[in-house]
Amino acid sequence: MSGNMNLTLKVWRQKNAKESGRFETYAAKGVSPDMSFLEMLDVVNEDLSKTGIDPIAFDHDCREGICGTCSMYINGRAHGPVKGVTACQLHMRSFADGETIIIEPWRAAAFPVIRDLIVDRQAFEKIQQAGGFVSVNTGSTPDANSIPVSKVNADEAFNSAACIGCGACVAACKNSSAMLFLSAKVSQYALLPQGRVEAKKRVKDMLKVHDDAGFGACTNTEACEAECPKGISVSNIARLNREYAAAMLVGE
Amino acid sequence: MKLDSKIPSGPLSEKWDNHKFKCKLVNPANKRKYDVIIVGTGLAGASAAASLAELGYNVKTFCFQDSPRRAHSIAAQGGINAAKNYRNDGDSVYRLFYDTVKGGDYRAREANVHRLAQVSVNIIDQCVAQGVPFAREYGGLLDNRSFGGAQVSRTFYAKGQTGQQLLLGAYSAMNRMIGEGKIKSYTRHEMLEVVMVDGQARGIIARDLITGEIERHSAHAVVLATGGYGNVFYLTTYARGSNATAIWRAHKKGAYFGNPCFTQIHPTCIPVSGDHQSKLTLMSESLRNDGRIWVPKQKGDPRKPVDIPEGERDYYLERRYPSFGNLVPRDIASRAAKDMCDKGFGVGNTGLAVYLDFSDVIKRTGEKAVEAKYGNLFDMYKQITGENPYKTPMMIYPAVHYTMGGLWVDYNLMTTVPGLYACGEANFSDHGANRLGASALMQGLADGYFVLPYTIGDYLSDVERTPIANDSPEFMDAEQKVKDRLQKLLNIKGKKTVHEFHRELGLLMWNHCGMGRTAEGLTAGIEKIKKLRADFWENLMVPGGEQELNQNLEKAGRVADYLELGELMMVDALNRNESCGGHFREEYQTPENEARRDDEGYAYVAAWEYKGDNQPHELHKEDLVFESVKLTQRSYK
Repeated sequence: MSGNMNLTLKVWRQKNAKESGRFETYAAKGVSPDMSFLEMLDVVNEDLSKTGIDPIAFDHDCREGICGTCSMYINGRAHGPVKGVTACQLHMRSFADGETIIIEPWRAAAFPVIRDLIVDRQAFEKIQQAGGFVSVNTGSTPDANSIPVSKVNADEAFNSAACIGCGACVAACKNSSAMLFLSAKVSQYALLPQGRVEAKKRVKDMLKVHDDAGFGACTNTEACEAECPKGISVSNIARLNREYAAAMLVGE
Repeated sequence: MKLDSKIPSGPLSEKWDNHKFKCKLVNPANKRKYDVIIVGTGLAGASAAASLAELGYNVKTFCFQDSPRRAHSIAAQGGINAAKNYRNDGDSVYRLFYDTVKGGDYRAREANVHRLAQVSVNIIDQCVAQGVPFAREYGGLLDNRSFGGAQVSRTFYAKGQTGQQLLLGAYSAMNRMIGEGKIKSYTRHEMLEVVMVDGQARGIIARDLITGEIERHSAHAVVLATGGYGNVFYLTTYARGSNATAIWRAHKKGAYFGNPCFTQIHPTCIPVSGDHQSKLTLMSESLRNDGRIWVPKQKGDPRKPVDIPEGERDYYLERRYPSFGNLVPRDIASRAAKDMCDKGFGVGNTGLAVYLDFSDVIKRTGEKAVEAKYGNLFDMYKQITGENPYKTPMMIYPAVHYTMGGLWVDYNLMTTVPGLYACGEANFSDHGANRLGASALMQGLADGYFVLPYTIGDYLSDVERTPIANDSPEFMDAEQKVKDRLQKLLNIKGKKTVHEFHRELGLLMWNHCGMGRTAEGLTAGIEKIKKLRADFWENLMVPGGEQELNQNLEKAGRVADYLELGELMMVDALNRNESCGGHFREEYQTPENEARRDDEGYAYVAAWEYKGDNQPHELHKEDLVFESVKLTQRSYK
């Protein structure tokens, strides 16, 4: 190995959804401060494989902070101690030599564990399928510049749309609420003329699926915003509430 | 089999319209009797799935990720080209077509590229209607920016996250169809085989990555939109999961592979920091507008870069290419960096990096102005390297990030296997030997939204509407072969992990088939890869079992395919005795060290046919005929 940090890992191991899990302790030796957190786990996994222990299963893909696949609780924080980054962008220089690091999966009833650190986020898919779209068919669209959109709204819609769907907001919330995720999608469309047409139906349909999936209610602790790697604002939740109230009062 | 590109007759600008009219139709009531499988849910796959489902076909999508939204199109930064001419700066469909053919160093098919330029304008309309939050101006209309290889501003963008926003748009369209029951989305599933019935593609064998169960899925047509194969090189800007298994399995079932040696290497990536490295991160090409690239004149100079005086620095791009300087095209900038490092002038711990220095522009315009322009990139660099690029030069090195080659397809995007289509980066079609920036997103969405929905109907109209059985002998046989192969991988029980083999393969490919290629190097590389492949099947160790989530088993199957594909890439590179675009054969260069094409001998698409394990591939040539564009040699002096 290429570095000189030595760490102790306490990692959640769980064979599958049915079996119960437990923490196991592993040594991570010779860690380089330049490694990403996932690269450190890669190295530990190579060692485990060679000693006949099943490697730690964890979700990851792009490793540049945009796909939203990686999802782990590190020392009690979603994506670890550094603000505004995903676990794949977290580097070992953020830890001290000799430190003990506790690694767990997202904990939420709506995100059951599949194996070790991997959870099932299909509930997010179902929320999106309920209304996270504008109902337009391919080919039936007017010229892109035929409907002007104010720059302020376009930029704000982008900020909401920057959500990567990782689920850190749910993991960080004491109620396991997915309101930050849901409200970011509702906000993106609420801010654009293209999305206004079916705004009332959208917010009602998506919220119903959110609640049915087992996500909790929002009690404004704002832990979601604090742990979101993309800085999605809780003002989205305020907008969601306004949209929902309007939809219930005025109806279709 | 003779290659038939099915390019429509008539003038270039009328080919696509005429062809669309000639495509046979399936009436709306009959569309629901056809099943279509789409593998891969990036821009090409998601847009195709949504569009076909809207038309009424029954669509099944497959992705190895836990959500279609996580496909690696999500990571594209810069933008998407379209010939809207909103800037009134002289753009047109023909100019976008021309720039793309020239940028591809004249190794792309004219008719396909022209169609791409034509439908580019519809893509922007479609995405805006979906609620994609493109950058806008204060008047409320769409903003544009410039990109490499063009003299007009035709690139639409959403900050540095254009791929993310376009993919989320296509994903939203998919979600609507999933909600309506027209798409069935299979996530955490990996396609491991194409099933052929009576010479036609009629389904796939897939593995449920959670349970390990092997499943048989039948359909009247199969679409592969599984992206590129750059991960053969191990260290790349691709996602870790990006792989070539779908296209390689299809290739072994009869789909010819087009131009496998055409790979693109991007000059400005964060360099390798150690043996542990799993992935390389791109720094946008736009940085070369203001950054100056240099190395110390003294080999192994131990001083910090800021302590090296101006006179002891070699701004080698400005020296070698005075008129284009730091803004030479990607292939040239990449090769020059490698050249300097090979000669011992590289910097950093590994010696495989060069400096990209912003001190001049910071002195000229101030730190604030630089932050406004490049702030997010500087932050990303700082997060990864721990160094502050406002105070010390960035270190960069080239990295693999796209493959122009892919499955050979005709004008309809059908492979040489009837009923099997390839879209987006998975096919070889539109970029020739070099892709221009902001054109990958354009091609993926063009194929999925606007080409395939027409051409697939033309094929299906002649296919019987009865459901395809998934328990025929062909399906059972394919399923058994997939199971046997998985067992074979598990039963080797050797000593080396799949990651060790992959790393070794990547280094081999980089050294023998990377930025500079020679006949000698390629010949040696082919022998080495054969040995490595033999070693793999003798010494591989895969922990765990088949009936469970097993990430090492998934990866082992992919690396086994890379070990075959890598050889074909080298065979293709050895066959192509010319330099063009991203393919640089050191024997074929001008006295000024530029790529020297051989239009007499190599103005063709090399389409390779699989002839059996450890048998030589057979080369088929599709001659490229240029009726509209005059071929010229590039020079950037």
